[in-house]
Amino acid sequence: MRMLIIEDDREAARYLIKALKEAGHVADHAADGDEGWFMAEPGGYDVLVVDRMLPRRDGLSIVTALRDKGDDTPVLILSALGQVDDRVKGLRAGGDDYLTKPYAFTELLARVEALGRRRRSIEVETRLTVGDLVLDRLSHSVERAGGEIVLQPREFRLLEYLMKNAGQVVTRTMLLENVWDYHFDPQTNVIDVHMSRLRAKIDKGFDRPLLHTIRGAGYMVRDFGTKA
Amino acid sequence: MTSFGRVFRTTAFKLSLIYLAVFTAFSGFLIAYLAFNTGEILSRTLRANIDEEVRLLREQYTIGGVQRLVRVVEARSRRPGAGVYLVTDFNGNPLAGNIAEIPPHILNDTEGRLRPASYERLEATDPDRRHRALVRVFALDGGHRVVVGRDVGEREEFRGLIRDALRAALIVMIGLGLVTWWFVNRRVLKRIDQVSLTSERIMAGDLSQRLSITGSGDEFDRLGGSLNAMLGRIDELMRGLKEVSDNIAHDLKTPLTRLRNRVELTLNGEPSEERYREALEATIVESDGLIQTFNALLLIARVEAGSNGSAMAEIDVGEVVGEAVELYEPVAEDEGVTLTAEIAAPAMARASRELVAQVVTNLIDNALKYGRPPIEADGLARAPVVKVGVRRDGADVLIEVADNGAGVPEADRERVLHRFVRLEASRNAPGSGLGLALVAAVARLHGGAVELADAGPGLIVRLRWPA
Repeated sequence: MRMLIIEDDREAARYLIKALKEAGHVADHAADGDEGWFMAEPGGYDVLVVDRMLPRRDGLSIVTALRDKGDDTPVLILSALGQVDDRVKGLRAGGDDYLTKPYAFTELLARVEALGRRRRSIEVETRLTVGDLVLDRLSHSVERAGGEIVLQPREFRLLEYLMKNAGQVVTRTMLLENVWDYHFDPQTNVIDVHMSRLRAKIDKGFDRPLLHTIRGAGYMVRDFGTKA
Repeated sequence: MTSFGRVFRTTAFKLSLIYLAVFTAFSGFLIAYLAFNTGEILSRTLRANIDEEVRLLREQYTIGGVQRLVRVVEARSRRPGAGVYLVTDFNGNPLAGNIAEIPPHILNDTEGRLRPASYERLEATDPDRRHRALVRVFALDGGHRVVVGRDVGEREEFRGLIRDALRAALIVMIGLGLVTWWFVNRRVLKRIDQVSLTSERIMAGDLSQRLSITGSGDEFDRLGGSLNAMLGRIDELMRGLKEVSDNIAHDLKTPLTRLRNRVELTLNGEPSEERYREALEATIVESDGLIQTFNALLLIARVEAGSNGSAMAEIDVGEVVGEAVELYEPVAEDEGVTLTAEIAAPAMARASRELVAQVVTNLIDNALKYGRPPIEADGLARAPVVKVGVRRDGADVLIEVADNGAGVPEADRERVLHRFVRLEASRNAPGSGLGLALVAAVARLHGGAVELADAGPGLIVRLRWPA
């Protein structure tokens, strides 16, 4: 994926770009608001990572200007401001996701990858399929290898979100935000327990696991194919 | 500045001045209006009287000629309070009437117009005095001329009276205005001076100073009351801030020191990738914990400042609590805790969904972590139970989270609501000591309160606020 990082902290940007390259992406850097607008305006990036407070030009105004000219490149807004209304402002300005500093790199990576993928995706698809697992969003039913799996409403939404982002890492925070609409981290790792329940329901009794735990990052639904 | 100069700058003075001007203008207008209208009426009556008399005299003349006219005029002239009369021959020599002298141009104007004239009265007590009258002159066939008029001295007197009344009213008004202003001013200035003095003391650093309240319930008392409430709040916030900085100094320095020491120790030891990796992983865990503590502290501070930014809305508290319980159900089950929810739905209230959700997860988290029943003498423990309830209690919405653990001693129940306060019994369990502080802050933000009580056995936390 081609990404543009608009971030005035050069040290943080350098580290971020290096880490993104290691993860297999191409990342450019703009060090202030004007430069960021200059580079983002022609388009051509899959994801923009925009710091909210930038010299010369405010990050949110770049996003708004892009949206005004019909550019829908996904934008992740980075900010030291983590209040509910800050987040709402960021999303209203046209941002697609909002991450508060300080953040873990794995969290940022999972989010930009989800954003980049979502573009050519599946918001409207009514059936999500991973391997032999099929989730029908209209009838709210889940089948694996033809057999029905009964899920609680919340488990259904959990699986739906994971399958929408199939093949990508989904962090615990992303799950809390998107499935529970909680923008805080409960102290106990409640998500892990929910995931192990879900796993018991969809993977138990099958020799090919579809729900994977990615150590230090989160979870992923993916069909890795038959074991060799 | 002199106290006199200060008096002139007061609002009371300016207001008094404005009122004075307005009332003067108003009474001036009123009196002028009255004077004008009354004058008009008097003039009209005069005119009508004169016209009537002219008609009557002409009639007499027609009936009995000059002799009769002279007789009638003589009779009328002698009546007390009589009008002004004069009959002359064609040379202008007086034949009858009560006028001694009148300017000849008036006498020659026989057009019949009503006009003002000055004249001298016969048999007057003060012969030098000239009187003013409105007169009409008309000529008779034989060259005789008749003057009929009314003395307007009465009207002039009335005008003078009005002028005097205006003057007196003005003087009284200014006098009264000055007196009122003086009294108001003295009182107001005195109270304002008190407020200034107290404010200066507060600015000098003594936040315990309060404005005095007289108990009269006037606007100064109300102002004082509000200002005192504001001062109380500021005082509270300042104290909170101080407490926070003290706590931060202590409770954040400890993990930072630990962090630094671990890195130093690792660097000093023998270089081995495995040791480095282990130390770095531990460092990440430790810094994540620090970030979380920071976030929690910031959140509490913002909630306490009342500017958390979370939108307050009419929400179903039962639903929010139900979701939080549902989130924790699997965890509780894994840990062998019976987690039950008793939600009297719908419990609508004005609240921040985000904060209520966070607070309830904190409470459930606490109950699961610290609410474990202790091991009894027989070596067994009660089965752990956590009960969550939501209901309306009068005008309040009430959230209860109860466990059946060891509870919190009564002496500590108030204390644990403060930041970083952790009880000895749970000091080694994970946690930042900020959960209940957030609960207390959120309760205050919603205008409610949090209360810890004995669940017999166990701890029950009651969070309530007006719906």
